Amino acid sequence: MSLWLLAWQRFLRDRVGIASAIVVVVFIAIAAASAAGWVARDWGKEVGVSYAPPRFVKPNPAEQKAGLAGPSDVSRNDYGIRDPLAPELAEIRAGLAGASPTEKRATSLAFGADKWGRDVLQKAVKGTETSLVVGLASAALAAFLGTLFGAFAGYRGGWVDDFFNWLYSVFTAIPYLLLVLAIAAVLGQKGVSTVILILGLTGWTGIFRLVRAEYLKHKVREYVLAADSIGASDARRMFAHILPNVSHVVLVQLSLHVVLFIKSEVILSFLGFGVGIDTVSWGSMLAEAPSELILGMWWQITAATIAMALAVTAFSLFTDSVRDALDPRLE
Amino acid sequence: MSYLVRRLWQFVPTLAGVILLVFFLFNWVGGDPAYMLAGKIASPEAIENIRRQIGVDQPYWVQLWIFVKQVATADFGASWSTNERVSQIFATRLGPSLTVLIPLLLASTLLSLAVAMLVAYYRGSLTDRAAMIGCTVGQSISILVYILVFQYVLGYQLAWFPVQGWGSTLGENLTRYAVLPIVVGVVVSLAPDIRLYRTFFLDEIGQDYVRTARAKGLGEGRVLWLHVLRNAAIPVATNVLIQLPGLLAGAFLIERFFSIPGIGREVILAVERSDFPVIKAVTVYVAIATMVMNLTADLLYRALDPRVQLK
Repeated sequence: MSLWLLAWQRFLRDRVGIASAIVVVVFIAIAAASAAGWVARDWGKEVGVSYAPPRFVKPNPAEQKAGLAGPSDVSRNDYGIRDPLAPELAEIRAGLAGASPTEKRATSLAFGADKWGRDVLQKAVKGTETSLVVGLASAALAAFLGTLFGAFAGYRGGWVDDFFNWLYSVFTAIPYLLLVLAIAAVLGQKGVSTVILILGLTGWTGIFRLVRAEYLKHKVREYVLAADSIGASDARRMFAHILPNVSHVVLVQLSLHVVLFIKSEVILSFLGFGVGIDTVSWGSMLAEAPSELILGMWWQITAATIAMALAVTAFSLFTDSVRDALDPRLE
Repeated sequence: MSYLVRRLWQFVPTLAGVILLVFFLFNWVGGDPAYMLAGKIASPEAIENIRRQIGVDQPYWVQLWIFVKQVATADFGASWSTNERVSQIFATRLGPSLTVLIPLLLASTLLSLAVAMLVAYYRGSLTDRAAMIGCTVGQSISILVYILVFQYVLGYQLAWFPVQGWGSTLGENLTRYAVLPIVVGVVVSLAPDIRLYRTFFLDEIGQDYVRTARAKGLGEGRVLWLHVLRNAAIPVATNVLIQLPGLLAGAFLIERFFSIPGIGREVILAVERSDFPVIKAVTVYVAIATMVMNLTADLLYRALDPRVQLK
């Protein structure tokens, strides 16, 4: 029986693993549906009143009134001074009202609304897409680089090994988040692809170290020597013979790095160095939370936290189960 | 001794690499900083002037040499946005950072050690599993949420602590302003530390000397406290040392939220203002600190555990 079949059987016996795998699949399905435009396409539309409360919250009369009263209704005491702009302003207001006369805004939404009246639930779904895309893509990039570098360093040895070890020591000498911030400062541009590049190009070191160690171990094994004796080229031995035998290490690391990168993206976006303002992520949702909490609007931070905690917990438990299934010695 | 010399000698290529990397990022990828410095509407003469001042009109190898000299003399010039000397920034920001970090590290290490030992004592039981799942969930919540919620509930609603701020004396800072940041830091680091330290304990519990101690008739408590703890504390101590430089810059979220005038907050401000001299200096200094701490950790490990042979 192959390693993968054995691992699959072990995995099926792990109830926590199965449950977390289902959650992971659900999250990926949500992200895919959102990317395809089936759900949360109109997340940017202002469908509710500003800070519309979630439907399951009993409306607080005082709050409700404050939320409903638009700024134009506020009666002002001008101390007897006539506002010189009053006629013009009235005209502009009338014009604005005419421009969007019938757009009716909901006073409550499934999970509330943000400052501009956008549906928090839809934002959370869209944020799931952004965060998962960033996490998966940057982890794939990091795993690709780490495996490539690790394979060359471990297999070739000599100056190639020295060079990559030097590169590794340079990248690990700088704390990870500091390096990410420094690169964000230099690039000075936002966007999903920028974040993926930053995280992927800096995050390969851990995978490199493990893959290199595996290649060092495997290159002297008999099956590799046998492949050599029948005339397999270096590249073929590296990627057709050894790689399948170390791919379980890469897979576990890939999954581990998804979690790490999702967390990093949230911090980057929160600080404003991550995704742009035309995209929503869990980080940019959290960035709106401080001013909302002061006003007692807790639903956006709750939605982002629940979505992120569920996804990351499921991914972490899934990773643990995959590792246990692939490498039973660790139990 | 020869080990020490060799390790110090190995610093040279790594440091050279860090310098090259930082140089590559800021002088090559970063584009011409003169346009940024000169402001939105600048005359060509003004831009030319600034370029001459910071040396970017020179060929790359001259610029690199300028940077190497800056690192060697620890003089990174003045901040681009506040014109404060970079060395001055460091001298004044280190104190607040350490005021938070040292109590934070002590508290979180002791607390996680205690919990990890307890969990390791009940290894494999329901308590153990529940604690581990709790750690996984706790780790999956962003540090941002911890900070926001603690600041809101403990600082704003219950008003137990000041929401943010910093005093002028060490005593005032420690008893008033640093408390909530330390609490948040401890809570955040608890989950990953407990998981890590638990594996240290479990590694030791499987050793032969533990079986011997049990065979002698020692109680499980005595075995844990006297025999296992001493051995498990070795990797813990080195782990704490290695963490320190990363925390210095990594505590930026805590420092930013609680308005603590530390190094981390300075990093964020510098990134926001594209203040390259400060970021360059922080990166190089923290890299040096990381290398020194790693070496110290190895030496400490050797001192605490004579079985370890340093090669």
